[in-house]
Amino acid sequence: MQIATAKHDGKTVLSLKEERLDAHNSSDLRDQILKLLENGDTQLIVDLAGVRFIDSSGLGALLSGYKNASLRSGSFVLAGLQPRVQSMFELTRLHRVFDIYPSVEGALNKA
Amino acid sequence: MCEEGCCIHLDIVVPNQTRYLGLIGNIAEQLARVLDGYSGDRDALAYHLNLVLTEAMVNAIEHCPENQPRKTVRVCIYIADKELNIHVHDQGQGFDLDAVPAPDFDDPCERGRGIFLIRTLMDTVAYRKTDNGNVLEMYKKLE
Repeated sequence: MQIATAKHDGKTVLSLKEERLDAHNSSDLRDQILKLLENGDTQLIVDLAGVRFIDSSGLGALLSGYKNASLRSGSFVLAGLQPRVQSMFELTRLHRVFDIYPSVEGALNKA
Repeated sequence: MCEEGCCIHLDIVVPNQTRYLGLIGNIAEQLARVLDGYSGDRDALAYHLNLVLTEAMVNAIEHCPENQPRKTVRVCIYIADKELNIHVHDQGQGFDLDAVPAPDFDDPCERGRGIFLIRTLMDTVAYRKTDNGNVLEMYKKLE
């Protein structure tokens, strides 16, 4: 799983550099998110703009990140979802769980 | 969807490893793009076929007790007369499809959405034993 990370005002942006987020690479994403949280990076923004396809394993990895961030009183938000990816969150009702922003800029500027 | 007498039949065997998910998913997407006369949302169909095949293949891999490279997953796709049939064969011990619960939307878990997605996107889903393992059968009417 290729992930670029960058820090902005105490928030960490994870940009996924994979077209597919599926059972082949989702456990890697889950581990990398957990590692960041354990290192004290608890304000996470996951940039999914480059992800064209997500399956149930990918959704599960993101939900794991959200739950682990919540346990640490952190934040875990998503940004840049392509329409088909967004539709998977709606189909599984997970759009009610996550804060989802159109872009990383929007997520960084949230109140 | 097909002209009279036209049908598509794909029979693919790959090792039961997640590295082949993208290959199978891409084949499914390309299939949706070459269907003659399909009047629905072709991009949505491409994604949905990619998804159900990805989920079915993951299911086959996960239910195989010995995750050995020599084990295989066989994917058969048959399209004719506006009907899509997908069979995903596995060599595992199988599971009870009827015992798979729907996800709890109010208290979401990290796992347990694969069969839900397949059931949501396909018209009929069945799982049965075969001589050499099991097969997940998925059917969808294409309009």
